[in-house]
Amino acid sequence: MTFALQSLPYLWQGLLVTLEVSGLVVFFSLIAGTIMGVTIVYAPWWLYWPIRFYSDILRGIPLLVLIFFMYYGLPLFKISLTNVAAVVLALSAFKSAHVIEVVRGAIQSIPRGQTEAAKAIGLNFGQRLLYVIAPQAVRRFLPPWINAVVDTVKGSALVSLVGIVDLMLAIQQVIGRTYRPMPLYVLGALMYFVINYTLSSASRRLEARFAYIRE
Amino acid sequence: MAYHLNFGYIWTHVDKLTWGLVLSLELAVLSIFIGMVIGLSLALVYTGGGRIVRGVVAGYVEFIRNVPLLLLVYLVFYGIPSVGGFMYDATTSFIITLAGYSGAYMVEVFRAGLAAVPRGLIDAGKAIGLTAGQRLVHVRLPTMFRIVLPSFSNALVSLFKDTSLASVIAVPELTYGAQWIKTNSFRVIEVWIVVTPMYLITGYALLFTLQQLERRFAIQR
Amino acid sequence: MPSSELVVQIRGLKKSFGANRVLDGIDLDVQKGQVVVVIGPSGSGKTTLLRCINLLETYDEGSIQVDGVEVGFRDGGGGVRKHRHDRELARIRADIGMVFQLFNLFPHLTARENVMLGLRKVRGRAAADAKRIAEQWLARVGLSDKFDSLPSQLSGGQQQRVGIARAVAMGPKVLLLDEITSALDPELVGEVLNVVQELARDGMTMIVVTHEMTFARDVGTRIVFMDGGRIQAQGTPREVLAATGHDRLKAFLARIEMKHH
Repeated sequence: MTFALQSLPYLWQGLLVTLEVSGLVVFFSLIAGTIMGVTIVYAPWWLYWPIRFYSDILRGIPLLVLIFFMYYGLPLFKISLTNVAAVVLALSAFKSAHVIEVVRGAIQSIPRGQTEAAKAIGLNFGQRLLYVIAPQAVRRFLPPWINAVVDTVKGSALVSLVGIVDLMLAIQQVIGRTYRPMPLYVLGALMYFVINYTLSSASRRLEARFAYIRE
Repeated sequence: MAYHLNFGYIWTHVDKLTWGLVLSLELAVLSIFIGMVIGLSLALVYTGGGRIVRGVVAGYVEFIRNVPLLLLVYLVFYGIPSVGGFMYDATTSFIITLAGYSGAYMVEVFRAGLAAVPRGLIDAGKAIGLTAGQRLVHVRLPTMFRIVLPSFSNALVSLFKDTSLASVIAVPELTYGAQWIKTNSFRVIEVWIVVTPMYLITGYALLFTLQQLERRFAIQR
Repeated sequence: MPSSELVVQIRGLKKSFGANRVLDGIDLDVQKGQVVVVIGPSGSGKTTLLRCINLLETYDEGSIQVDGVEVGFRDGGGGVRKHRHDRELARIRADIGMVFQLFNLFPHLTARENVMLGLRKVRGRAAADAKRIAEQWLARVGLSDKFDSLPSQLSGGQQQRVGIARAVAMGPKVLLLDEITSALDPELVGEVLNVVQELARDGMTMIVVTHEMTFARDVGTRIVFMDGGRIQAQGTPREVLAATGHDRLKAFLARIEMKHH
């Protein structure tokens, strides 16, 4: 097992790539997903259906398929991106679809009475959104969104299949040199576990803390 | 740029896709059933057990939920044989992996489902003199199954998409077939045009079928 | 003493939900300082009537005027009525107060902040001003020790009193009360009705939908009985509760009596 620990520095480099890719994906998918999610709740039909279409298709295919086809397919459209850019694009597109659903769920789970009470005291649409809906939506949004972040980190492991040296590929490469798979897989699993478990614990604590918003 | 769509190669080898799809479905269904057995057993053990037992079950569940499926696939296929001394083929290995994976999610589904059985029903069971075992079999489990039916359909569709990871250890399911055709023909776009609807339509078909079941059996909480 | 100033005037109000005609021609006048209590079986349209007044529901035909202004429509020229936009509605709603059956307090805000929100963002008051007014009203409804409490920390009766303070602090021309005690445990109903009674004594114009007959008798200036989307009977509390010559009203009152005993 000690030699596995010797490979830690190399694995650490891979971990940084994993975090970098995940971070970019979380950032882009949060922005795109929130904009589309809020839009889909309040939009007229000609905005609703395209976004709905996008969300359903991207959630209906496996992430692996999306990555492969973007990675190999984009060059055919004369779009040349770096390896990392291509997978970040694929992962972000995939994750935005999930963020749309989380945002939409957060807003639509707010009881109708809240909008009515806000109307009743004379707030206009923008004020209702800003002072009544958004504060409650954010609190309902955070726990499931953090779970989506955990999924992103797990999904980032797939970039190893197109040659990006993230933690997953780093593990594979060390195994290729040492021929001792098990200790490395366990070590790698632990590294992923530490990151994700921290995130999911945070999500659980937030959910408990914000329970009052659902009373 | 002149790129002409040519489905010829795909058509010649369409069996790789169709049989791949069948295998994907088989993998998903098999895994979810084994996963349900694992999940139900562990949920019962967890609900009835002491702190150590609950800790072990929770450990298993948390491990699976926080580690990438890809890593688990490799771990079971390459890692375990290397320490266990035995070997199995890719398909068996993947089924074991996916069953263990779905089992972890099922534990939570069943645990929550059991907890959601209304106290009143259990009390009614006690009141007519059923023993704990009888209450489990005749009151709690049947009610629980109806409560969790919606989660079941989402889980199955999710697992169906996860079967795409079997392609990395050369299990000839749908994604592997797509990759094979792509590698040998470079017809990326055509494969995409065929395979995407295959996943989408199958997914919807699964959801629809299970929704029909739901309508008949599920309880709206 | 109610003056003859007309606060709410409703004429020929009609509203359908799909094929269901919920309001079938309502005429109602409410004068300043009056407490009009609306009673009737479920599905009679009482709540819908209330919700049309502050445009939480749109109405199909007829007219609702609050202080002389048609709430739902504006003049589109050439005798055409056009639905009002959200901004206009917001301004109209600022002068109409509503208290809800399910309280609908904003859960992320304290009691004080719930009352302050309208004062700051709709009435444009400065923070210190709004705080003072909010605290005054919360004290009026008996919650001076609950300024910083979140709704989740309050009992049903307390939440509803915050709801009343929130509506009244805006200085509305008329207060709409939609079965405000129906969701409360019986022992909490009294504290809420007492607050409403005090407001009535101080001259607040109110339209109250309720099942509480004692309240209707003691506080109401006029009782209106609705059934099947129409006003079937109206008059002073004594007249209506005696129910001479109105079979449906008699039957309804009998059912209510049985429920409360």
